[in-house]
Amino acid sequence: MLSMQEILETIKMVQEENLDIRTITMGISLRDCGHLETKTACRRIYDKITRLAGGLVEAGEKISRQYGIPIVNKRISVTPISLIAECSDAENYLAFARALEEAAGATGVNFIGGFSALVQKGYTVGDRRLIASIPEALAATERVCASVNVATTKAGINMDAVLQMGQVIKETARLTADRQGGGCARLVVFANAPEDNPFMAGAFHGTGEPESVINVGVSGPGVVRNVVERLGGADLGTLAEEIKKTAFKITRMGELVGRTAARMLQVPFGIVDISLAPTPAVGDSVAEILEAMGLERCGAHGSTAALALLNDAVKKGGSMASSYVGGLSGAFIPVSEDAGMIRAVQEKALDLTKLEAMTCVCSVGLDMIAVPGDTPAETIAAIIADQAAIGVINQKTTAVRIIPAYGKAVGDMVEFGGLLGSAPVMAVNPFSAAKFVKRGGRIPAPIHSFSN
Amino acid sequence: MSSLNEVPRDNRIIISVLGRDRVGIIAAVSGVLSAAGVNILDISQTILQGYFAMILVADMGESNTDLETLKEKLNTLGAELGLRIDAQHVDVFNYMHRL
Repeated sequence: MLSMQEILETIKMVQEENLDIRTITMGISLRDCGHLETKTACRRIYDKITRLAGGLVEAGEKISRQYGIPIVNKRISVTPISLIAECSDAENYLAFARALEEAAGATGVNFIGGFSALVQKGYTVGDRRLIASIPEALAATERVCASVNVATTKAGINMDAVLQMGQVIKETARLTADRQGGGCARLVVFANAPEDNPFMAGAFHGTGEPESVINVGVSGPGVVRNVVERLGGADLGTLAEEIKKTAFKITRMGELVGRTAARMLQVPFGIVDISLAPTPAVGDSVAEILEAMGLERCGAHGSTAALALLNDAVKKGGSMASSYVGGLSGAFIPVSEDAGMIRAVQEKALDLTKLEAMTCVCSVGLDMIAVPGDTPAETIAAIIADQAAIGVINQKTTAVRIIPAYGKAVGDMVEFGGLLGSAPVMAVNPFSAAKFVKRGGRIPAPIHSFSN
Repeated sequence: MSSLNEVPRDNRIIISVLGRDRVGIIAAVSGVLSAAGVNILDISQTILQGYFAMILVADMGESNTDLETLKEKLNTLGAELGLRIDAQHVDVFNYMHRL
């Protein structure tokens, strides 16, 4: 039988510490939707998504009410569109983005991911067309998310794609300048992209995935922060142990919700992504966990070590709690979505170089960073190359989601609204990397012996 | 799409009452539960840092209402009494604290 203390602990997590399920994401294969005629392909895509995910939002809301746990987002990820659209005669894939947008609207989800291409080793015709369509597609839609995988540990880094993505990001920012460059908030450049990630904007339904699947992303930085605070001056071993136990409890909620949703929708249950995903809400911050550990501000020396402890403890606890862990799984450190990170940047405790160091041990990478609008495409490409190198060498996922803010200078704030939050514009290194990134070609895959 | 499969198979729920202590809390809560045909299995209460905390375990197997409606009624009662009353399926607690 449950003890009174256990029951009250759960109630407190939900009612006071912002424990929530961040997202239920339905992965849908579109591999049977290709057609020579674009119109037919788009209709097939729309029909399949609305047929399979028609009940997703209703199921999510029902589970949320029944269990009393908020489920913040219901989302859809699909097969990378480059693979589907390639069968068609279209030279521009805007129509496919519009089909996704319409399907998202009809099903009531707030984001749909998969306007994607995987080009770590090179481009196909479809990859080229898709990437060229990204700026226009993001400008013409509100819910479509795009991602491009430019590197893997096994293939190395496609530097032609890295340079192109620098240009694509700049162009997307220009086309969505009226929305503060918000299109870039829906565009992720990956190294080692996971095929089952439920979190946006980087979600897509990988080719090794089944026809349809339910993946769940949990959250709960607020719960972890309170645990760390309660422990006072405990040593770091104790801290890691308690974070592990807490991650276990949070992940169990994800497991429960995922299994229930899968049963309701009669779709296989995929994975729980055990990430600590912050939101702009007060107390729902990863930076504040690091500060509760004893750093005056996130970004101070010691931040990388504190984040490494946190990330590892979350993975360990979460792995025990779920039969299938996947996705990104760890701690996210986006700037705009985390009140503590924003404060750290504003107070100059945290800059891009420290943030890059922290990405070596976090679960993703440079996420939701605003930079001055006049940052050259080559500099953005170089930032992507650095992140990709960290991911490729360390055999981890890394990503860049960066927003060149038109007309803004370092220190200005950029408002994205909602869960995307607001970001202070951060300074980039003023020296040029143009000659380096313009060399093109591929950086070879790293050796996996002599690892020092 | 209304063909969603119904989920929880266990019919037990946990009702939590948190707030300032006053006369008649148990009577009021059990009144709502008995009107809904919900059978109380266990009650425990404690005072936590000056706050009244009561946990009821109840069975909805024979109930004439569903959990959502019951939750609404309990929320309304809570608002009247100045308390926070909530009901959650027992799976939530079992999943979190037991493997």
